[in-house]
Amino acid sequence: MAKITLKNLRHSYYPDPKGPQDFALKEVDLDWQDGGAYALLGPSGCGKSTLLNIISGLLVPSEGQILFDGQDVTTLPPDQRNIAQVFQFPVIYDTMTVRENLAFPLKNRGVDPAIIEKRVAEIAEMLEVTDMLDRKAAGLSPDNKQKISMGRGLVRDDVNVVMFDEPLTVIDPHLKWKLRTKLKELHQRVSHTMIYVTHDQTEALTFADQVVVMQLGEVVQIGTPEELFERPAHTFVGHFIGSPGMNVLPAEVKDGQALFAGRAVALEGPINAGASGQLEIGIRPEFVRLADTGIPATVTRVADVGRHTVVEATVGTHKVAAIQNGPAPQKGDEVHLHFTPEHTRLYADGWIATTPAQKESAA
Amino acid sequence: MKTENQKAWFFVAPVLILVAFNAIIPMMTVVNYSVQETFGDNLFFWEGLTWFEQILRSERFHAALGRQFFFTAMILLIEIPLGIAIALSMPRKGFWVPVCLVLMALPMLIPWNVVGAMWNIFALPDIGLLGYFLNHVLGINYDMTQDPVAAWVTIITMDVWHWTSLVVLLSYAGLVSIPDAYYQAAKIDGASNWSVFRFIQLPKMKSVLTIAILLRFMDSFNIYTEPFVLTGGGPGNSTTLLSIDLVKIALGQFDLGPAAAMSLIYFAITLFVSWLFYTLMTKDDLN
Repeated sequence: MAKITLKNLRHSYYPDPKGPQDFALKEVDLDWQDGGAYALLGPSGCGKSTLLNIISGLLVPSEGQILFDGQDVTTLPPDQRNIAQVFQFPVIYDTMTVRENLAFPLKNRGVDPAIIEKRVAEIAEMLEVTDMLDRKAAGLSPDNKQKISMGRGLVRDDVNVVMFDEPLTVIDPHLKWKLRTKLKELHQRVSHTMIYVTHDQTEALTFADQVVVMQLGEVVQIGTPEELFERPAHTFVGHFIGSPGMNVLPAEVKDGQALFAGRAVALEGPINAGASGQLEIGIRPEFVRLADTGIPATVTRVADVGRHTVVEATVGTHKVAAIQNGPAPQKGDEVHLHFTPEHTRLYADGWIATTPAQKESAA
Repeated sequence: MKTENQKAWFFVAPVLILVAFNAIIPMMTVVNYSVQETFGDNLFFWEGLTWFEQILRSERFHAALGRQFFFTAMILLIEIPLGIAIALSMPRKGFWVPVCLVLMALPMLIPWNVVGAMWNIFALPDIGLLGYFLNHVLGINYDMTQDPVAAWVTIITMDVWHWTSLVVLLSYAGLVSIPDAYYQAAKIDGASNWSVFRFIQLPKMKSVLTIAILLRFMDSFNIYTEPFVLTGGGPGNSTTLLSIDLVKIALGQFDLGPAAAMSLIYFAITLFVSWLFYTLMTKDDLN
């Protein structure tokens, strides 16, 4: 087990990158603490698999360093890095039994047979596959195959990190939840560092203590699921996490006051000095209320999703989503929108540009 | 209640008619010949199983069958491992892939009798490129028209040249269908190159290899044109394979009865061995 440090990492799939647009990974600096449960979240093509393959050693980065406990492993091949990886599609050795599959990584490293047997038994117990140990792995269902793939990653107790590359893609929805819970439980039991790559926010938020959100080859925010939800550092995070995502509305600033559709909007705190470029107001639908006063809007769509109602209203030409718990308005109704100030922020060129006001301690 | 009707037969009928005309009826003609004696003029005399008995007891048949099995065994032993080895060393990505594939496919595009004629000229000791080179440059005494060993070496080399590509292309198709994740997982699991071959590549190639072995068995066991054009079965009878012998009996000696009996026995052997191969190679899949 080790602390993993990524230093000034850049990677391009072109042999001779011309500019930033040629880089799949632009300047990543990250520390992964020993024993943490991390999720790497981002849309397809954001560079998360590239980053993962660089950590595992399947790719050598164009620039930068990877340190395991301060030791440079940038050019070491995967088998010498002591890492484990679980892939998107289950990888099992068809001709072997489940037991042989689980023992394979240990056997290749010349581990004592008695220890192998003990480790395999333990892992099989954890994954609840003990009763199929002597079956041919080829005949298993996809979720059991994926369990075996995970098992091969977890069976070594000396791994620095276990990485999961969208491991639940091929699993049935009702088993997804089960395996995810299992994984969380396993993390608590084996306390390896785990990195879980996904484009599914639910998976990321349920598995991880810390979520790293990536977009276009850059890390845009690192935080607990709560932090990402409560205070997105970038409009992308706000929009990507949450269902529906954060409302991002064009804004103007006049005399330190943010304006949307010509009306003043109260923010969480003062606007940072020097905020310029493309200015936007970000507010989550959860914190938009339909009120008697506020910004006038027309309801254009009402969707009842069970627990609550998602109301879509337009202000001028801009759509604003609001989550409503009580009685819902009708389509075509004229309403007023109220933005809860402590959850309303200004973003400049995508990045957050307000500082929260000091809260009163007695609140 | 389950309603049943017989309409399905109409859908099967075209295939049945086709198979009847191109397989069953011609074969029944052979069966007809195999139990009778004929002297022309459409006069037939019932002979029962006499021809079968004669063939099965014939030393000439035993010798030809022995040569046939030896030939096929050599072909499989050389072409299958060689084909796999070539497929493994072919590039799987990039510019050279189509180049390699086309080069591999070339020998298979040449007609059988042309292959035979090509190798015949190629191997002639005085004017052929190969024959001349072996005799006059390397100083090896090589003459496939005189020496049975040389004739065998030439026949087998010719078949390897002509048909190894088939094994290569089938194996290659099996190899490229393996997702990268398997190789990556094996790297992370610390597997050696041999383990990667043994536990990933070979199992993933198994179904195509089954087809390759079956095709190469049937094809080499029934081979006629190439060795006939190359050596004509000689020198002496040393390269007279089953099909060559069969044609000699049927068209050379015009012994239609024994020839018909022999072709049925020949067919039965091919069918049985193919069935055996297939059953053995797919046995595990059924469990």
